[in-house]
Amino acid sequence: MSAHGHTAELTHEHAVGTTKLFATVWVWLLLLTIVEVYLAYLRLPVPIMITILVGLSLIKAALIISYFMHMRFERLGLFLLLIPAMVFCICMMLIMFFPDSIRLMQLRPH
Amino acid sequence: MSDTEFEGIVESPWSGGASPFAINSKKLGMWLFIISDSLTFSALLISYAYVRLETPNWPRPFEIWPAIAKSSLMTFVLLSSSLTMVLGVNAAFNGDRKKTVRYLYATIVCGILFVAIHATEWVTLLGEGVTPWKNPFNPAAPLFGGTFFGLTGLHMLHVTIGVVYLAIIAWGFGKGKYTAEHVEVSGLYWHFVDLVWMFIFPMVYLLSVNPK
Repeated sequence: MSAHGHTAELTHEHAVGTTKLFATVWVWLLLLTIVEVYLAYLRLPVPIMITILVGLSLIKAALIISYFMHMRFERLGLFLLLIPAMVFCICMMLIMFFPDSIRLMQLRPH
Repeated sequence: MSDTEFEGIVESPWSGGASPFAINSKKLGMWLFIISDSLTFSALLISYAYVRLETPNWPRPFEIWPAIAKSSLMTFVLLSSSLTMVLGVNAAFNGDRKKTVRYLYATIVCGILFVAIHATEWVTLLGEGVTPWKNPFNPAAPLFGGTFFGLTGLHMLHVTIGVVYLAIIAWGFGKGKYTAEHVEVSGLYWHFVDLVWMFIFPMVYLLSVNPK
């Protein structure tokens, strides 16, 4: 790369993605939301609902982070810096909390 | 591009080069804040799941009409505000100041609309006698109000702060005080607020639809 490309490479100062791309992502997010609301309308059993809703929410979060928050257009290093640590912390909270919550549920007199 | 080409621009004391992530410091700072804030919301959501799991007969008071319809409309408003925000960031990088400010105003209007609809939701619940320490649907589960108002209240606070933040950025960008980076960083915050709602909406509302 030529010498004058330095500053532009340091911080990419240009628009990423097109209006069409962002509109497509928006439509997908709306469609997934409609599916979620429809599932709530069906009144499925709660354990099935939790599984599907968390799954769909994770897909929506991934879409927002990748496109709206431009993560797809950043270097891989930034993703590796931020996301695995966050996922690890959340998994630690889940591992700590839920066995205790289930224990409390079972201790309760029936 | 090799890292040696950066020498002379910024001396780097380590081997990561002058700018290992190729982003400005504001953006990295906002990303670090977002990660820590996402853990705050995760902790709240997980504690909500905790009390819900160990409490028998957790109340499920939300009817399809009006509560779920209203919260779906709120989701639509917030998602649309994310779209106008990201288009505003693009306009800012393309150097179109007027268009950027218009998109930012559209985002702010959506944010205010979201808070307004949510406020009517709160008033309805408060009118039914739900408070953070009392629950008329099932007195044995007093934490229903605490988790509901805690989660949605913290999110509403984020939206309100976001509206103020975007108003300042729109004003400053219109005057030429701020650069496109400032708009992009404020956009990161706004999208994060949208992202959090994508978890609160199904967990708090859709899982508490009245089964009858």
